[in-house]
Amino acid sequence: MALDLATPFEALLRPDDFGLACARGGFHIDPWRPVKHAVITHAHGDHARSGSKIYYVATEALPVMKQRLGHDSTFVHYPYGQKFRLGECTVSFHPAGHILGSAQVRVECDGRVWVASGDYKRAHDPTCAPFEVVECDAFITEATFALPIYRWEPGANTAKEILAWWDQNARENRPSLLFCYALGKAQRLLGELYQLDPSRQAYLHGAMLPLTKIYREQGIEMLPTTAVSETAKTQKFGGELILAPPSAHRSLWMKRFKGADTGFASGWMRVRGARRRNGYDRGFVLSDHADWPDLLRTCADTKARFILPTHGGTQVLSRRLNELGFEAQPLEITAYDNEEDDSGGGGEAVTDPEVAAGNAPSEEQASEANA
Amino acid sequence: MNDFARLYDKIDSTTGTNAKIEAMADYFRTAPPDDAAWALYYLTGRRLKRFIPSKSMRDWTLDLTGMSLWLYEESYSSVGDSAECCALLIDSMSHVPQVNEEPDLTLDTWMRDRIIPLAKMDEPDQKERVVGWWKRLDRHSIFILNKLLSGAFRVGVSQSLVARALAEVSKLELAEISHRLMGDWQPTGEWYQQLVSSEASDRHLSTPYPFFLASPLEKEVTELGEPNEWQAEWKWDGIRAQLIRRNGETFIWSRGEELVTDKYPELVQASLTLPEGTVLDGELLAMKGDEVLPFAVLQKRIGRKALGKAILAEAPAALMVYDILELDGRDLRAEPMAERRSVLEKLLEGRSTTFHVSQSIPFESWDELTELRKDSRAKSVEGIMLKRKSSAYQAGRRRGDWWKWKIDPLTIDAVLIYAQAGSGRRANLFTDYTFAVWDGDKLTPFAKAYSGLSDEEINKLDNWIRRNTKDRFGPVRSVTPHHVFELAFEGINASPRHKSGIAVRFPRIMRWRHDKTIKDADKIETLRAMIDEPTTAEA
Repeated sequence: MALDLATPFEALLRPDDFGLACARGGFHIDPWRPVKHAVITHAHGDHARSGSKIYYVATEALPVMKQRLGHDSTFVHYPYGQKFRLGECTVSFHPAGHILGSAQVRVECDGRVWVASGDYKRAHDPTCAPFEVVECDAFITEATFALPIYRWEPGANTAKEILAWWDQNARENRPSLLFCYALGKAQRLLGELYQLDPSRQAYLHGAMLPLTKIYREQGIEMLPTTAVSETAKTQKFGGELILAPPSAHRSLWMKRFKGADTGFASGWMRVRGARRRNGYDRGFVLSDHADWPDLLRTCADTKARFILPTHGGTQVLSRRLNELGFEAQPLEITAYDNEEDDSGGGGEAVTDPEVAAGNAPSEEQASEANA
Repeated sequence: MNDFARLYDKIDSTTGTNAKIEAMADYFRTAPPDDAAWALYYLTGRRLKRFIPSKSMRDWTLDLTGMSLWLYEESYSSVGDSAECCALLIDSMSHVPQVNEEPDLTLDTWMRDRIIPLAKMDEPDQKERVVGWWKRLDRHSIFILNKLLSGAFRVGVSQSLVARALAEVSKLELAEISHRLMGDWQPTGEWYQQLVSSEASDRHLSTPYPFFLASPLEKEVTELGEPNEWQAEWKWDGIRAQLIRRNGETFIWSRGEELVTDKYPELVQASLTLPEGTVLDGELLAMKGDEVLPFAVLQKRIGRKALGKAILAEAPAALMVYDILELDGRDLRAEPMAERRSVLEKLLEGRSTTFHVSQSIPFESWDELTELRKDSRAKSVEGIMLKRKSSAYQAGRRRGDWWKWKIDPLTIDAVLIYAQAGSGRRANLFTDYTFAVWDGDKLTPFAKAYSGLSDEEINKLDNWIRRNTKDRFGPVRSVTPHHVFELAFEGINASPRHKSGIAVRFPRIMRWRHDKTIKDADKIETLRAMIDEPTTAEA
């Protein structure tokens, strides 16, 4: 089986030097270099990059996008499901369930429908709209956790584990320092914990303040939070929960939290080696990406004739889909991070070990950019 | 087994030393002696023969989950541990109960009644039992069980931490507990009770003393004070070992607490003339007369199962003796080293050509010793050992009295050409690298290195490797030659078994040479010259 992206099934979306390009529509999805028309799936740093002329985003994503891309950028926004024209194409956003405002992009042209999933999950998340299945001819799916070892428990179960850890540390009068990505994961954690015990409150690293504020303004229920920076110098954190981005781990900032037990919340924490090499005391398995069963289920749900896995375990997912009778082929976006290639690895340092652990730079870079 | 699983969890979910010790002490306070013995066996890194081949474990997992082999292999390369990989897959792909449905049997019962008997069963019986347990255990217990089935369970604590926990529980001196933990023992409740008993135990004849380990000298040698308070010896490059002669028997232990007596028949022969109750600490070397042969020669016989006449003649073993720990059954470790040394010299004088006293290097000043140290490479030694003349023979690595003052390694600039994912902590990261130097206009691989980069550099390089893979050969990726690294190594020898004709010892990465392009990497002639003139490269 060879899926020819040119003929006979003309590719509506195809990577070029700028991003995932739609020639008929004259736009790019999540471009990594500035373009004229940029359609953005969600606000994480490797999907939403600055410099483009006009950004097309889902309405629910607008406040977060403005925060990340700058209030001076030009935005055009549409509610989920509303169709709009770009060039010869009809485009619409549909909930992806990844973070607040995250969207799949549906592109229709001459009766053909392509969907680019962006990052997505099927699991319940109190902070964003649930994933919507969009039927299509070709489905470009993410493949971050494309291995059968990755299967998630419901987020509420992980939140219970975190609560128990927090309580245990409180009994020993230790701070619980929980690291997670500043956009999406932090708010989901605050939301999940609120569902379990709304009487509690937490502290936040400065990098998480503006985004958490935006979530709150959208009416999302989360634990009340206080900025660490706003507390008195004499403030003791024994028994408290503090959220911080991974970049703060082992930084001077940590000195304030004497005797703290550290944890990290991420899908990669399912594997012991990943837990250990990150140097956190505890790993909590919580991901905003689809696990293996949900990747397979989603590909089937879309009824797509062609599946194009991108971003992560593309080879594995394609091979498995082909075994299951789908027509699938990796969509390798090779130009990714190419500024680093030019300088021979001396470019932008990817400091978060998780990037390498799964070769999935999405969430981590977001936290980097923000921290 | 639940208590043991909880202990493992506690150790695994903290990076703090004291928390680990506390977790172990808690466990030992309440565990039945039979269980405590087994836990200790695994905690101290002792191994049993695998009860189930990892292939069987894999096949049964595939059976239970209906997964294809290639998907297992992809998963394994991400996890880096077959026990864990199987546990994760079983949890992901089949319906594992949330709550453990197996009765909570003791660790000892699991081992004696369930796991050990597996070894004598046929494959179908083994499978029936193991898969049955898998179906009734929760995910975490499956992982623990799989590790026990593998016979080896690295738990992430050092032997010295275990000893500290036991010292806390038993109220015995740390040195005493460390000593009792040494050597060969069977995990029985009776043994455990003796271990923590306040009464002096009858040690087994073979029990070695804990090795005293030197620390690397990281400051200026002049900071050690008066030169005449120190004894200097060459740092011999062999295998650290303890030779015990007690009650008509000889035992030779390597530093890894492996009993290697059978591998050194010439030492056993020579030990027959030692007085009863003698314990020597030294370095196993290949020697012809007084000449020390390169480590590679000794290495040749280490790998052999049977020691034929040819290999015994080619690589005769000797013990370069550093210290004496026991004489006439009396423990000498608390005596000052100078005292022990004169006892040792008297004992070995004219006795044998198999036991050599590691001679002290005469020197008057640190400047003089610094000069002498430059001869290290010519002498095939790794540098100089400095021992305080008044020092007792302590247990483990204690800073202050014994220092190793190693010479700078040989270095070369080489090009990264292949990469492979690591295992364990480094699973799913490309951390095993192959390096090449120029042979004419071709890059010839000559060394593999696994360490020397920071976590940040590893991640950056891993990211680059993924995007610059030219070819895949199984788990190995060939990458575009682009990055240059300065490699360090301890020794170099001609080797017909290697494609490059060269074998280097302890290669590791010194630094990532961002400032160099592949054209600046060294040529194979440079390496060859190092073999021919090993002395010239001394820094």
